[in-house]
Amino acid sequence: MTATDVTATAEATRQGAPGLPPREPRSEFGRRHKPELSAGQKQALRLARTLVWPAIVVAILVTQIPFLVTIYYSFQNWNLMRPGSRGFAGFDNYITVFTGGAFLQSLSATVVITGSSIVLSVLFGLGIALLLNRTFVGQGLARTLVITPFLMMPAAAALIWKWSMLDANVGMVNWGLSVLGVDPVQWNTDFPALTVIMVLTWQYTPFMMLILLAGLQSQSKETLEAASVDGAGPIRSFLYMTLPHLRQYIELAVLLGGIMLLQVFDPIAIMTRGTGGTKTLSYLLYERAFVGLEIGEAAAYGVITVLLTIIVASVALRLLFKIFSTEGAKS
Amino acid sequence: MSTSVVSAPRAVPARRRTRQMRHRASSAALTAFTWIVTLGFFFPVAWMVFTAFKTEAAAATSTPTIFTSLSFDRFAEVLDRGFGVYLLNSLTASVMSTVIVLLLAIPAAYGLSIRPIIKSTDALFFFISTRFMPIAAAIIPIYLLLQNFGLLDNISALSILYVGMNLPLAVWMMRSFFSEVPLEIVEAAQIDGANFFTELVRVVLPIVAPGIAAAALICFIFAWNEYFLASLLTSTMARTTPPFLGSFVDGRGQFLAVLSAASTLAVLPVVLAGWLAQKRLVTGLAMGAIK
Repeated sequence: MTATDVTATAEATRQGAPGLPPREPRSEFGRRHKPELSAGQKQALRLARTLVWPAIVVAILVTQIPFLVTIYYSFQNWNLMRPGSRGFAGFDNYITVFTGGAFLQSLSATVVITGSSIVLSVLFGLGIALLLNRTFVGQGLARTLVITPFLMMPAAAALIWKWSMLDANVGMVNWGLSVLGVDPVQWNTDFPALTVIMVLTWQYTPFMMLILLAGLQSQSKETLEAASVDGAGPIRSFLYMTLPHLRQYIELAVLLGGIMLLQVFDPIAIMTRGTGGTKTLSYLLYERAFVGLEIGEAAAYGVITVLLTIIVASVALRLLFKIFSTEGAKS
Repeated sequence: MSTSVVSAPRAVPARRRTRQMRHRASSAALTAFTWIVTLGFFFPVAWMVFTAFKTEAAAATSTPTIFTSLSFDRFAEVLDRGFGVYLLNSLTASVMSTVIVLLLAIPAAYGLSIRPIIKSTDALFFFISTRFMPIAAAIIPIYLLLQNFGLLDNISALSILYVGMNLPLAVWMMRSFFSEVPLEIVEAAQIDGANFFTELVRVVLPIVAPGIAAAALICFIFAWNEYFLASLLTSTMARTTPPFLGSFVDGRGQFLAVLSAASTLAVLPVVLAGWLAQKRLVTGLAMGAIK
């Protein structure tokens, strides 16, 4: 279901988009009419399809079929504590979801946590990418150190931040604040959402930085020098030359970061257990299914989560399509 | 930072000298700033490693100490708790899933990029869209199915799920690397009479090897770090490292040094691999999607 819908949206975008640049003849992308094929080419085509099928079948079996079953479950009245009472529930589960109050809170928690983590990590990532894009002593080492948080196991990162960095008594952040004369802060209990956002931002900044640094390095040095000769200061050439060049890299960073952050679970399970405005949709679903054992209701949450993700995804895929469609025009 | 500031008119050489000095000073300041940011960013990781070598008492003081005594006792303690088994489970799941992903994704990416497939766009979007679906939305049927077949707490079952999770990303990244291969080389091989498999193995794969390595590394990292599926679908036999670390949450009392030692061991393989392959990581992540 999901796949078809998203693909259909992408398809519509592709065909409906006016004024696209002409594609390079070699690109397979977006070819619209069937070219005449020789016997050899037809054979190659068959082979190519054969090559793609196994991957598609596995992807369908592992991710799509279970989702279809989830849709079926969402119309069932089914609590694992009461095995005998299973039966068709109609839209009861969906009504429970929308009238229960947990849903809207959870949706806003997801938007706040995902949204601010993406924005902050892109901003920090851009800043660090700009700093690392200069030539300086120990450049390679600095880059190596900066990417480390992205490689950290999220469970380990959450624990280290919770206990070693943000703990009220022995946390290093509070120690740093005490040097500045600030009273200790109970991060985990008083500012749970902020705590999660801090950890996510720390983990995803290097990811954004890697993508944006690649973008910076693909910018031609000559153009920048020419701008500088023409009297453009660093700020102006950044605003009018570097930022437009980085646009597709920023879009890509937001897209990939968004996919990963929307599904984030570990820091919430480990640091806050969904308290204080950190109960994102994935955590809520987990709680209903594996703590509450409400299979039907949890399945309804799952279906709604996917529907919402499709909306976000089709917007994101539209951006992605833009990235793909400019590839011919760019070089 | 601005180097184009021009003060009162002076003799040209003097002005140039001041500009140079100013440039050098601002450059040094910027470098210092870069290093402060870098070290600040790296600090939690460094602190984790330091703490792993301390005693619990030293780790739990509110004033930070770098080293009171250096000992490997905490590492030994973690390994005594059977941590090696969890590391081995993680390794098995990550390697197994990455190998299967490569076996499926290389032909698929090849089919999508070099061979003429009319519907390649749709297939590609399909792959990407499967990655958009939160795995949480499929977890209940997966859980019940594995329970029915007695496959809960089974490392192979977990690996197959990781294949489903990483396959789209791998196909997507590899497709772009395969598209970079000059068509002329492939055609030349065909004229020389190479059959399809010779063509793929002898001609194309060596060219795209770095890209495949990057994709494999990303898949390995995601599988190694995965927490959600592992914590729900495994318990004792097939427990992987992330949920075991997660169980430290419930620990009471003095445990910061042991926790740090366990975390250090858990992140070490991926961090080392990532450090060694960072250039390819960049190419894999950014160029893979944009080019």
